[in-house]
Amino acid sequence: MKLSGAQILLECLRREKVTHIFGYPGGAVLPIYDAIFDCKDILHVLVRHEQGAAHMADGFARATGRVGVCLATSGPGATNLVTGLATAQMDSIPMVAITGQVRTAVIGKDAFQEADITGITMPITKHNFLVKRVEDLALAVAEAFHIASTGRPGPVLIDIPLDVSKALMEFDPENDYPERVNIPSYRPAGPHTRIPELQLRKAAQLIAEAQRPVLYVGGGAVASGAQAEVTALAERTNILVTTTLLGKGAIDETHPLSMGMLGMHGTAYANHAVNQSDLLIAVGARFDDRVTGDVSRFATGARIIHIDIDPAEIGKVVPADVPIVGDVKTILTELLKYVQPRPATAWNDTIMEWKRRFPLVYPRDGKLYAEYVIEQISEVFDHDCIMTTDVGQHQMWAAQYFKCRRPRQWITSGGLGTMGYGLPAAIGAQFACPDKRVVCLSGDGSFQMMTQELMTATVYGLPIVTVIINNKSLGMVRQWQEMFYAERYSAVDLEASPDFVKLAEAYGGIGMRIDRPEQVRDALTQAKEVRDRPVVIDCIIPTSENVYPMIPSGQSIEEMMIRKDLEQLKADVHADGSDWSFADQEKILEHYVEVMHNRE
Amino acid sequence: MNNIAAQLQQHTITVLVENHPGVLARVAGLFARRGFNIESLAVSVTDRPEISRMTIVVAGDHRVLEQITKQLNKLIEVIKVVDYTETAAVERELALIKVNAEPKDRGEIMQIVEIFRGRIIDMSEKTFIVEVTGGTEKLDKIISLLDAYGIRELVRTGIIAMARGARTATRAGRDTD
Repeated sequence: MKLSGAQILLECLRREKVTHIFGYPGGAVLPIYDAIFDCKDILHVLVRHEQGAAHMADGFARATGRVGVCLATSGPGATNLVTGLATAQMDSIPMVAITGQVRTAVIGKDAFQEADITGITMPITKHNFLVKRVEDLALAVAEAFHIASTGRPGPVLIDIPLDVSKALMEFDPENDYPERVNIPSYRPAGPHTRIPELQLRKAAQLIAEAQRPVLYVGGGAVASGAQAEVTALAERTNILVTTTLLGKGAIDETHPLSMGMLGMHGTAYANHAVNQSDLLIAVGARFDDRVTGDVSRFATGARIIHIDIDPAEIGKVVPADVPIVGDVKTILTELLKYVQPRPATAWNDTIMEWKRRFPLVYPRDGKLYAEYVIEQISEVFDHDCIMTTDVGQHQMWAAQYFKCRRPRQWITSGGLGTMGYGLPAAIGAQFACPDKRVVCLSGDGSFQMMTQELMTATVYGLPIVTVIINNKSLGMVRQWQEMFYAERYSAVDLEASPDFVKLAEAYGGIGMRIDRPEQVRDALTQAKEVRDRPVVIDCIIPTSENVYPMIPSGQSIEEMMIRKDLEQLKADVHADGSDWSFADQEKILEHYVEVMHNRE
Repeated sequence: MNNIAAQLQQHTITVLVENHPGVLARVAGLFARRGFNIESLAVSVTDRPEISRMTIVVAGDHRVLEQITKQLNKLIEVIKVVDYTETAAVERELALIKVNAEPKDRGEIMQIVEIFRGRIIDMSEKTFIVEVTGGTEKLDKIISLLDAYGIRELVRTGIIAMARGARTATRAGRDTD
């Protein structure tokens, strides 16, 4: 049967088991939208801005591990995807973006709505295709999905000129779609890559010899679905685990061996542990500058076992003593065959002591603080909820205070740090996981970058709860200006913002505003009861609050800034006994000591 | 500038790529955005029309070279990267030099060209075009000698390289790197 290129595209997407396309129509994709009109088994989600579509595909992918799909027209539609593609590329998220292109005959002639999107996205995609003949379309789609989802995942763009999607050709979806693709020049590592025994033995040896080992776990462990293996390795060896921003959830953060996040705004104890370690086991992590600070002063006494699926990450920032390339889950499964049980040592006690000395605390002075709001979200929404964030102070507070129980529960733009990511990512995650509650933690700055997607949430009846941590300023930039630019606050005042309550209502959602801690639980409980539309909770917090601890950019743990009032806050917390996180940490500590004693 | 260049080792690498449109842009873009320096670049098809061969001279220490190699291998259309630095390889470059050739200087210039086994392939009342092939040092030398007469125009192809002996980059499959 003769099908148009557009129909072939949709048949190919069916073969790839695509369930959702996030998109926005336009001239160059009219044939594709005409085919979508007949398509009953793939839901097309009409967004309000193409950037939203890209972030939704990304959020969908992060929530499930499946390839997210977005669609935009040529020219401005395509260029609006760019930030979303760069976001996915930096965080290794599997995505396929489909763009329309002007007719092949006028490519390069500055035609209406023409943009060289394959040229533009070359550095921010894993790969891209310009399909010039309808005969090449099915193979391009098959290769795109293959490339996006294998090896180190990433976004792939397919650019389809108007005449290609209109052109007719014989196509039998049952037989003509290449289920298996063979790209001779692309042989990524994967779950079946054999892991050299020698490397595993060397790694096991280093672990056995180490006095002060630390597990440093990144997004690769989440991508690989290796939570059980990471936890098993930690438990067998009693090695404490710190995760990166993207590694959150690779181990249950309420586990006694979890130290939370490391890096610029990581916990003091995780950073102390890493920096004084004599063995760093890096698992699917890439020694990002927000983790290492000054590399020349980062974990200088540590030998390094570097486990990653991407050979180019080995030795990129720090040299590895034992590199192991392959799928994280496979490697850890193999490694566990060689690693001997190892008791908790004085090193574990030292870290526990740091935990006691440098807990995460915030003031209890009757004012509303972001940290408290985040703790209450953990309590009110069950542990199965998904949290997405935007970028800035609220994101770092959430990274510190939101305790992830499982992978893919935490969705945030790490590498690119994209403001505006949170709400559309939440929408993508909600479509992917209709039975889970999705909370988007945002800021008054970030929220205004993608507000229009509230309409998308309303139209599809998505009960996404957006919690705006509103300090009436661009808080993270304000914090840096306070600390490093002599309090010269330049262009950070957001006092003039819309009324977020009315804005939510204007978009067909529910809006609330709170400014006292005693209102938090009620507001969240009310929001949780809403099942058919988005909710926005505007939380007014003090403008002057900063994120601590903080290691200034390009420096090391020696320059770590902690709260000046830390000791006072610790005393306050002990006095009133109401601090959820602190009490929890004490409880964990007791449990931990018990477990250790039982093992001995 | 020369000092810094002298400290950095030069590497000649061969990159085999799928002969697709845009592949040169991908490779060049990678070098630019990762901050790797290209000293020279030569591209052409091979005996297998579906494969193109790039010979790239890069400056950097072994860690830089390792990153370049690994990042190149991540490009989907890159089939193979071979480093000829440690290998016995033939390296050649071609230069065309348009040099001032007043009648009184012609004899001398022809002698120089003869010594370097070059050829004079064009002549006008006041100029020669000299064609010469060889390694980079040989070309640098003849260029500096001819500079005394005034070089009007100069073009060099950049190095191409091939391993000595029976081993090949294109035929041996993916196992020889």
